[in-house]
Amino acid sequence: MTAVDAAFSGAMRHLDAVPPDWPGNEWWHWLVFTVICIAFVLVMIIVVIYVERRGIAFFAARVGPNRTGPFGVLQAIADAIKVLLKENITPSNADKLVYWLAPAVVFAPTIMIFAVVPFQNGAMMADLNIGVLFVIAISSISTIGVFMAGWSSSNKYSLLGAMRNVAAVVSYEMPVVLSIAGVVLLAGSLSLNDIVLAQERVPFIVMQPLGFLLLFIGGCAEINRSPFDLMEADSELTAGFHTEYSGMKFAMFYLGEYGEAVVMSTIIATLFLGGWQGPVLPPWLWLIVKILIVFFTMVWTRATLPRVRIDQLMAFAWKFLFPLALINLLVTALEILAWPGDLPLYIIPLNFAITAALILLGSKLFKVGWGRVEV
Amino acid sequence: MELRTEPFVLNIGPVHPSTHGVFRMRATLDGEVVLDLDPVFGYLHRGIEKLAEERTYGGVIPLTDRLDYVASMTNNLAYVLTVEKLAGISVPERAEYLRVIMSELQRIAAHLVSVGSFFNDCGAYFTPFLYMYRERENICDLFDMVCGQRLLYNYMRIGGVSQDIPDEFMPALKRIIPHIRGRIDEYDQYLKENEILLARTKGVGILPRDLAINIGASGPVLRGSGMKWDIRKADPYSIYDRFEFDIPTGIQGDCYDRYRVRIEEMRQSLRILEQAVAQIPAGEVRADVPHLIRPPVGEAYAHVEAPTGEVGFHVVSDGSIAPYRCHIRAPSLMNLTALRDMIIGWKIQDLIVIFGSFAITMGEVDR
Amino acid sequence: MTTSLSTREIAGQISERLPDAVIDAAGTAILVNSNSLLDVGAFLKNTPGLDFDYLTTITAVDYYQYFEVVYLFVSMEHNHSLVIKTRCQGRDNLTLPSLVGLWRSADHQEREIYDLMGITFEGHPNMKRIVLWSDFQGHPQRKDFM
Repeated sequence: MTAVDAAFSGAMRHLDAVPPDWPGNEWWHWLVFTVICIAFVLVMIIVVIYVERRGIAFFAARVGPNRTGPFGVLQAIADAIKVLLKENITPSNADKLVYWLAPAVVFAPTIMIFAVVPFQNGAMMADLNIGVLFVIAISSISTIGVFMAGWSSSNKYSLLGAMRNVAAVVSYEMPVVLSIAGVVLLAGSLSLNDIVLAQERVPFIVMQPLGFLLLFIGGCAEINRSPFDLMEADSELTAGFHTEYSGMKFAMFYLGEYGEAVVMSTIIATLFLGGWQGPVLPPWLWLIVKILIVFFTMVWTRATLPRVRIDQLMAFAWKFLFPLALINLLVTALEILAWPGDLPLYIIPLNFAITAALILLGSKLFKVGWGRVEV
Repeated sequence: MELRTEPFVLNIGPVHPSTHGVFRMRATLDGEVVLDLDPVFGYLHRGIEKLAEERTYGGVIPLTDRLDYVASMTNNLAYVLTVEKLAGISVPERAEYLRVIMSELQRIAAHLVSVGSFFNDCGAYFTPFLYMYRERENICDLFDMVCGQRLLYNYMRIGGVSQDIPDEFMPALKRIIPHIRGRIDEYDQYLKENEILLARTKGVGILPRDLAINIGASGPVLRGSGMKWDIRKADPYSIYDRFEFDIPTGIQGDCYDRYRVRIEEMRQSLRILEQAVAQIPAGEVRADVPHLIRPPVGEAYAHVEAPTGEVGFHVVSDGSIAPYRCHIRAPSLMNLTALRDMIIGWKIQDLIVIFGSFAITMGEVDR
Repeated sequence: MTTSLSTREIAGQISERLPDAVIDAAGTAILVNSNSLLDVGAFLKNTPGLDFDYLTTITAVDYYQYFEVVYLFVSMEHNHSLVIKTRCQGRDNLTLPSLVGLWRSADHQEREIYDLMGITFEGHPNMKRIVLWSDFQGHPQRKDFM
């Protein structure tokens, strides 16, 4: 074996992410999975847009798009084509480089996160043993993109919307991260594959109901979905940080918004609903079904609830969700200390009871309209 | 280190994402808080008062439709009441009952639009708005049955109404009264205690009672502030003194109170409808009035309780076939006098909610 | 039922307090001298028993030689109403005192009368055009406009 061969195989060994049932240790593993990630995200975004538009329409006693393609499935593609054909207007005062980069910075992380999401036992691009940390870190990069968009547009409305967005995301990071920490404690590992395998007995939603609720609510707030969608509120006067964007760049923001929804649904499905596990169907189909279930719940809350004000939103995060998240983490840690090894199943009703008690107590002490918080 | 901050002016332009017509506000903001507000009217000024001087008395009625275009029946009624007062014309019984039925149906339809748009402004993404429009569709179908129009009816005439109701009208009306009542109860169940809605509207945009009286407010804006004043009870016109109904009032005059007043008014309108449907006699629907009516020289003022408030017409006659002067008392214009006082100190999102709770129609404000 | 108060009686009461105010009280309205309009308004608002706290509408009518402005007052407490009229002679440089200090409902209505009829109200804090744009020339609702 020559020195070149030795160097080559040494380099290839660095691309080893050896999944247990993947046939062999192939060098093109990363290429296949890159294509899978991108294709999966884009197809899921189109499916999710369809679910949202039809779902909201049915909740509002109307029909939704049903003309383009059978049952309106091609509506998102029609919208994408329309948006691509529009003129790309750049405001003259805009900071050109930042203005052009912002959509990419918002959209790219949504695809990157799928590098660590398992589609099957071990079938992922990279089974990082710090998977959860990677997910949380990368999902925060989108916020930088949003602020870049708001700032570079040199428009008062955009800046206002972007600042609201950054404030909201930073506030909601705390409950989200703490609820994920509870899951990590239960699974004993930060790798997403191990977390899914740890849910073989029972999915973590029943072991950690409070954690699920916190991640769901905090996740909705981070991705600007109703009832926290004041950043892109169309019935208010500012169109938010993407006021000045048109054409393909606007399409990136639009896709990015639904991409983040898909990402958050995937994280919730993987961490709390058991990822790819399930009896009859192939594992990747189970993952898709669970993502759609979580996303449908998000559509449900969007169609049902009015919008909160910015100061109420931040008060809700800091005064209600954050203490609950801390107590959740504390209770989980105590349970794990009390029963080292696998937690017994009779802990499940205890957890539900604790969740109900905490939520009742919290709601007595905190009301959303509780005073006016100065922002 | 002192941060240098300065307030900036935001133009909430004539084209709104909300459904309140062409109205412009120039808001001076310090971050999120509104420091000053300068409303700009006139984008929908069509010169209706001047146009009325060029038309015959009967020809002004279609113009009155276009004032508060969401509630055309009551505008028509106000105008024909004024001319009848001026000319001393009495209206047949059946016509009076038909007028009351149409006015109350119109009140329900207009309040459904107002409350639906209000929730839209609060951020409930179109769901309650479309539910309420579903009920309004039923009422528009009834109006379509009667006069062939869904929005601008031109139904009232000087001396009565334009035509009698077809046979299928009464059964349809009797069917939808309990249906609408059930639906209003359903919406109450969803929305009355919703915590986010309470947080957005309770205590927001308070209009004190004395200020409400001083600015000439009327309708749900005045009653939401706790003043029990309804033209149908205070100065009954047509045959309203024969019906039993209550006047709902609010407590402190915030957005929540105005919304509750509208919901309760819809319920009271249903009560009046049931009584009118039970009591309506047979007969003519139009008095024998000449086509080109020439009222005697003089002037008269008559008012009705429209969904937005007190709509009044001051008509001056010089004995010819056209009114000499026709002035319209627009409730939305009067209600907006206190807009600046109510919004200063709140945030931009509250501005939208407060403005939505007035439920004004720009056709009335600008005429 | 809102009772319309007897104009003679109220005119008598006003004349006791403000001697030169009332010009005529024969018909359904009291014709008042335009100089004493503000005093008459204060009298109507503050006198117990009259308590006219609600200014319903202000109408301006163009009678070629003069402009007549009609005020309709209502008292919510006693449920009675009264009509006051005042006249401006001529067609140019017309002014009247503004009632905004007493009833804020006069705010937009007086602006509209200024905009469309050309009568300026002294003492109004914001005497600008309201329904037409600020550069508009002329006053459209006058009889000689078109």
